[in-house]
Amino acid sequence: MAQTNSSGQGTNGVADESPNMIVYRKMEEVIARMQDEKNGIPIRTVKSFLTKIPSVFSVEALHLGTLMAAHGYFFPISDHVLTLKDDGTFYRFQTPYFWPSNCWEPENTDYAVYLCKRTMQNKARLELADYEAESLARLQRAFARKWEFIFMQAEAQAKVDKKRDKIERKILDSQERAFWDVHRPVPGCVNTTEVDIKKSSRMKNPHKTRKSVYGLQNDIRTHSPTHTPAPEAKQPTEEELQEQITFWQLQLDRHRLKMSKVAESLLGYTEQYVEYDPFLTPPDPSNPWISDDTTLWELEASKEPGQQRVKRWAFGIDEVLKDPVGREQFLKFLESEFSSENLRFWLAVQELKKRPIREVPTRVQEIWQEFLAPGAPSAINVDSKSYDKTTQNVKDPGRYAFEDAQEHIYKLMKSDSYSRFIRSSAYQELLQAKKKVKKTQSLTENIKMTNAFV
Amino acid sequence: MNPKMACQGLQKGETLATLKKECESLKKKLEEDRGKLNDVELHQVAEKVEVVGALSIKTRRVLKGHTNKVLCMDWCKDKRRLVSSSQDGKVIVWDGFTLNKEHGMSMPTTWVMACAYAPSGCAVACGGLDNKCSVIPLSLDSNENCAAKKKTVAMHTNYISGCTFTNSDMQLLSCSGDGTSALWDVESGQLLQSFHGHTSDILSLDLAPSETGNTFVTGGCDKKANVWDMRSGQNIQSFECHESDINCVKYYPSGDAFASASDDATCRFFDLRADREVAVFQKDSIVFGASTVDFSLSGRLLFAGYNDYTINVWDVLKGTRISMMFGHENRVSRVRLSPDGTALCSASWDNTLRIWA
Repeated sequence: MAQTNSSGQGTNGVADESPNMIVYRKMEEVIARMQDEKNGIPIRTVKSFLTKIPSVFSVEALHLGTLMAAHGYFFPISDHVLTLKDDGTFYRFQTPYFWPSNCWEPENTDYAVYLCKRTMQNKARLELADYEAESLARLQRAFARKWEFIFMQAEAQAKVDKKRDKIERKILDSQERAFWDVHRPVPGCVNTTEVDIKKSSRMKNPHKTRKSVYGLQNDIRTHSPTHTPAPEAKQPTEEELQEQITFWQLQLDRHRLKMSKVAESLLGYTEQYVEYDPFLTPPDPSNPWISDDTTLWELEASKEPGQQRVKRWAFGIDEVLKDPVGREQFLKFLESEFSSENLRFWLAVQELKKRPIREVPTRVQEIWQEFLAPGAPSAINVDSKSYDKTTQNVKDPGRYAFEDAQEHIYKLMKSDSYSRFIRSSAYQELLQAKKKVKKTQSLTENIKMTNAFV
Repeated sequence: MNPKMACQGLQKGETLATLKKECESLKKKLEEDRGKLNDVELHQVAEKVEVVGALSIKTRRVLKGHTNKVLCMDWCKDKRRLVSSSQDGKVIVWDGFTLNKEHGMSMPTTWVMACAYAPSGCAVACGGLDNKCSVIPLSLDSNENCAAKKKTVAMHTNYISGCTFTNSDMQLLSCSGDGTSALWDVESGQLLQSFHGHTSDILSLDLAPSETGNTFVTGGCDKKANVWDMRSGQNIQSFECHESDINCVKYYPSGDAFASASDDATCRFFDLRADREVAVFQKDSIVFGASTVDFSLSGRLLFAGYNDYTINVWDVLKGTRISMMFGHENRVSRVRLSPDGTALCSASWDNTLRIWA
């Protein structure tokens, strides 16, 4: 019988912590440092073990501190809202018993006992806030049948509390309240116990979840003997291992580039595109989101490409191919040279891969007839290996029937037609600085033209 | 049990153990080989690059309308429209520029974790706890109920965590909590290719930005980032460097590299040519998990959204943090650069989306 590993270990033997636990551990490390006698935060006994957080805070520290408070690691002594403020307020550390890393999921019955208990104690500081009074009323309706039980629990606890030392009671009360502020937050405050549903279904230790703060036994689920333990990680089969071995062997054979080369390439790319990056170079005339002026988009939509856009086509063939205006100009140029069949083939195959699967067989035949069949009107030249393979593919046509041929043609275009295009006078003309056609200017021109016809 | 069977049982056990050992030693050799070409660190080479000046990024729009956590969003190619999906079960199409809600659709389940805009701008795809990814054509008539024309395309056996159209409205790529991703023909719903290899939930996918390429990357709870060949279905490259779930993967604009965001509170940068992790974006003060990343147009900036409600802006080349973007009041679930790079949209558990520039 397979043994359950309670810490949920992965196949490599290292303990797999759930994402939440990782964050809790880090926050607890910070707490430990804060509480360090020598280097931590100065604790002053002002009335009853209160702590004053120093008043010099960076924005980031304040933010992290607020989050730690929101998770319940420390709390302001006189506010339900768990936040960290740089205003000399006093805070108290939460007892580890109540830390979120203990996987608390307190039930509403517990909350009911707690609120009920508060109403029994005749202290001004324990008076219920409006939202708590509303919650209590709601819970009374929901638990009408077992209210007697809840009331008894509350009474019993209130009795125990009365016997405690006054100072101890104050501290415990505040810690308990902070606990509930995390699990039943003030309306409008973030509930930090909310879980991403994608992660919650993978809870590593469901039997570790603590559902009752006051040890109420009414929840059968918590201590069910039939509660399933965390599933053990699946062991790979022989076949899977063989597949993995093949995979790793292939990876080992891979040709890798040196970091220095890769780094230069990354730097080069970034440098080339920095002028096109609106976050680094303000766009001309303006960023629509900042100026509320959409001229930039209107210019881009116009048929006449701006100089900056045309310049980009020279960066590489992909730039020309991905810009519809670039494609158009490239095609126009090749047509003028009567050598457009390569590009037209490439575009046709791209189009083929975008069609629904139902249309593929017909399209494949059409492309074959137009570009590759003997006597094709737009015959392209591919190497014999690709040609043979394509001939075979066409017999059982799929979306990738022309993949080899397309790759060959792409390389050809890149080294031949594309470089001719960039050097052509047609391209150079487009590249020459053109005055931006402003709306007012074209309007004037329109008027001139109209006048000419009158 | 007779001795022969016992012997065979032992042999089988030995075989598994030997295979495992072989696997481990190959992996180790791979790490060694990958390390051999590490003649310099990226941030060292980047010392000669000018520092990025102060960025004055501000919230320019706040999109309110969802009644629960916004889980996902995607831009339309027209650079201003976007689609968002939420735990409230709704999918909303907005004109981000005017804040106008153009379509609002209710899905049958809550937690719509994935949504995508079709390249034509005429449809959106979405999915989540229903284990399906559906495509909804957007009607020009705002009164018409778009959801009625919804068509189921992808079917998985667990939640849909991500989806994207390939370069056309006709194909949809999906990834799921069932550990697989798949390519579908939208019109017929036919499965064109499935991709197996992850050993746990897949949380994110991204298509390589290439005119010629047929690859995409996925990241998941098994802490692995895998690169796939769409045509063959093969896993062609794999990276395992994170210490916890990978929540998001995104290609660098050139397609030669990608970044990842993880619950281990780091974002990492992987180069496909060097076949290794080339940068880690982390700080002691960043304690909460990173849920989402995207690059600026030049690839110099990396925007990362975290579970501590902030977005950190990293210098990709130097590996340092440039600034923090505050504004959201709960976790940031998704950040996406607009198609022309003029703005960044963020979606959050505070029920809103923000557009920053």
